[in-house]
Amino acid sequence: MHHSPDFLQALWFILLGILWTGFFVLEGFDFGVGMLVRGLGRDQVQKRMIIHTIGPVWDGNEVWLIVAGAGTFAAFPQWYASTFSGFYLALFLVVVAIVARGVSFEFWGKVDSPRWRATWEWTLAIASGAAALLFGVAWADFVQGVPMNAAYVVHASLWDLLHPYALLGGLTFVALFLTHGAIFLTLRTKGQVADRARKLARRTAPLAALLTIAFLIWTCSDQSWGAAVVVLSAIAVALVLLTPALLSGGTGRAFATSVGTIVVLMVALLAALYPNALPSTTNHAFDLTLAAASSTSYTLTVMTVVAIIFVPIVLLYQGWTYWVFRHRLGRDDFEGPFTPMAVLERHPVFGAKGVAGTDEQPSSKV
Amino acid sequence: MRPTYLLIILPGVSTLDLARTQFAITTLFHFIFVPMSIGLAAFVALCQTLHYRTGRDVYLLMTRFWGKFLLISVAVGVVTGIVMEFQFGMNWSQYSRYVGDIFGAPLAMEGLIAFFLESTFLGLWIFGWGRLSPKLHLLTAWCVAVGTMISAYFILAANSWMQHPVGYAINHVSHRAELKSIFAVLTNSTVLLAFPHTAFGALTTAGMLIIGICAFQLIRRRPSDVVTRSLRLALPITVVTAIVTLGFGHFQGQLMEKQQPMKMAAAEVLYNSTNSASFSIFAYGPFQSHPAKLTHDLRIPDVLSLLATDTLHGRVEGIRQIQAQEVKKYGPGNYIPNLAVTYWTFRLMIGAGILMLLIAFIGVVQQRRGRIERSRWFQRVAIVGILLPILANWTGWMFTEMGRQPWVVYGLLKTSDARSPNVASWEVVLTLAGFIVVLGTVTAVGAWLMLKEAKHGPDDESTPGATSGPSAPATAPDLVMAY
Repeated sequence: MHHSPDFLQALWFILLGILWTGFFVLEGFDFGVGMLVRGLGRDQVQKRMIIHTIGPVWDGNEVWLIVAGAGTFAAFPQWYASTFSGFYLALFLVVVAIVARGVSFEFWGKVDSPRWRATWEWTLAIASGAAALLFGVAWADFVQGVPMNAAYVVHASLWDLLHPYALLGGLTFVALFLTHGAIFLTLRTKGQVADRARKLARRTAPLAALLTIAFLIWTCSDQSWGAAVVVLSAIAVALVLLTPALLSGGTGRAFATSVGTIVVLMVALLAALYPNALPSTTNHAFDLTLAAASSTSYTLTVMTVVAIIFVPIVLLYQGWTYWVFRHRLGRDDFEGPFTPMAVLERHPVFGAKGVAGTDEQPSSKV
Repeated sequence: MRPTYLLIILPGVSTLDLARTQFAITTLFHFIFVPMSIGLAAFVALCQTLHYRTGRDVYLLMTRFWGKFLLISVAVGVVTGIVMEFQFGMNWSQYSRYVGDIFGAPLAMEGLIAFFLESTFLGLWIFGWGRLSPKLHLLTAWCVAVGTMISAYFILAANSWMQHPVGYAINHVSHRAELKSIFAVLTNSTVLLAFPHTAFGALTTAGMLIIGICAFQLIRRRPSDVVTRSLRLALPITVVTAIVTLGFGHFQGQLMEKQQPMKMAAAEVLYNSTNSASFSIFAYGPFQSHPAKLTHDLRIPDVLSLLATDTLHGRVEGIRQIQAQEVKKYGPGNYIPNLAVTYWTFRLMIGAGILMLLIAFIGVVQQRRGRIERSRWFQRVAIVGILLPILANWTGWMFTEMGRQPWVVYGLLKTSDARSPNVASWEVVLTLAGFIVVLGTVTAVGAWLMLKEAKHGPDDESTPGATSGPSAPATAPDLVMAY
């Protein structure tokens, strides 16, 4: 009956694609930075510096996921219902990983003992890695499909979701986000941390490139003609984008390429998925198409109006946040307060001279 | 089929019961800190405005001190909120399919309009001290406060649609509810009362927290300008917000009598329709519906009629009559919610509300007479009073959700038809246990951090720029990421 999506359905597929891509571009470096806190930070100050590069922004970045989830609920309720109930235990693990990450930020500085801090650094690193892996697995499963019946009810155990293609997707995300996070750190820090991050990114970027291309080729081998063209050109673009990341010394350009790679990967995955929301591996007649998954055109129209008004506003003020917090962090930033609580406790407005460290930020102009 | 061995351990507990328990428990975790964060955001923005206007240091210290509690409550609220959003799809996929066309829209608007605003500007507010101009920085505080309020409005509009569906039509081909008017959903009479009730309830929640923590400072004999000023601000505000909350609650009750008569009748355990209905103060017994039975019931004559209909002899429908009407309307079935729960949660909510009003009112009187710093009994009561809004928020939500049973969407979809058919009970048990551990830990940490900040107390303006308190230097600089 309904197969090809109408204009609004296609528009919302694209909008949700943008939300997911935005989430992976932004939270991608948060995950990477989380994974690297122990690898790149040698002492307490360096570890704090690493955590604080994402301090002011990671909460806002996570909202991209929340809006992607709620947007799916509103625009494609069948998709939301089938995936969330079908990926039950996997999603539970995602929630645990996300919460564990947040908690480890909180716990880390609360008790002054190296062992305590090590525990939460490991939690942060493992949970960030696990979240990246799980999102990669989930997206590979979205594209390849899951066992699903005619009523769009998924019957898949956790193991059904962990086939080789999905695991490759997971590893690709981990490697890509790790590189993305390392490049982000070179952009946001100075000194030893930045040097180490740059060295690491040079080593992980080829790995990420290899995995991304392998994942894209496997994705395309399974696809119809039209999607295959998109995926193949995505591979070409990814190759072109990734090369300078390996060679160039310009961090800004390197960051642009890792952003570009994530975008290209997501475009390819979305193209491979279209016009389905969730394919069925049981029988392709049971594929959940976007048309079948969608809300009524009235609801989509309402949501479109809201999105047209508010998405630009959100982009504007989130972009402004990155502008406000654009300065690089160095060791000297950490003599003074930089944690949320410490900022509230003592800040430069109070006491005309300000506190040591904050009034000598030579870096703020960089 | 999945292994069913857990059912041997939990005889008589259905997957539906487990899924409901999971939703209830995660919701209750969510409602410990979320109303606090909504109220505190407004209060902190108010303190900062006063500082901006008057330039007095005490308001700056207040902004910073209460700002810490805001950070902690937002942190826990965000984490528990993610779990809530995932639950609709995970455990209640049939519900999501049935109502997605309508229910998803306010949820998505909440994310797009409110959550982005709240989280982004909170980051700007925290890290923007000294970096943004004072005026711009003040604006970020208000953006956070407005964001929390907007998010409350949208989520309540979604919930109100479950209480009183409007602006929809049933598609008889797809068997789903479809949205016909977003304006009807967003201006549902139910949300127009539920929002002020909840918003003022949130302000009261924050007010009681502030009063309690100030009392804690006084009992530890650490009076300060911050404590005095905070009390002078919070006490009268809390008196007003508690009255307004109770007032809107009263109108909600009257609306409920029209929209969900069974919930009202169950709240009063009124078995038979009657003119001049009496109001029950205290009842116990088996709370059965068949046969109707209450062993002890203390009632005030005519008061229920007065509250529900504004006249002493107004007619209030009883459980039996409504049950008969609903059977006629919806087919055979039991349309009576759990009476004991409905009755007692309603009373606990109102009781807690009245107690809060009383505490804040006594506080105002004590302060006017200049006795608040010496009055040990009041200080003790005020500290315990921090728990009252949590009790009221919990019982209020338990009442409104359990009183609607057996419906998940009133008159349209039963809770028993809303569950995910592909989720086994062992999976619900596993995730339930997992969520309790995770959310329990997060909540405990939140409470512990608040206690720590309360013990630390507000900064002293005599030592500008320095951390105050003997324990501060060791811990304060490393107090990382309160969210």
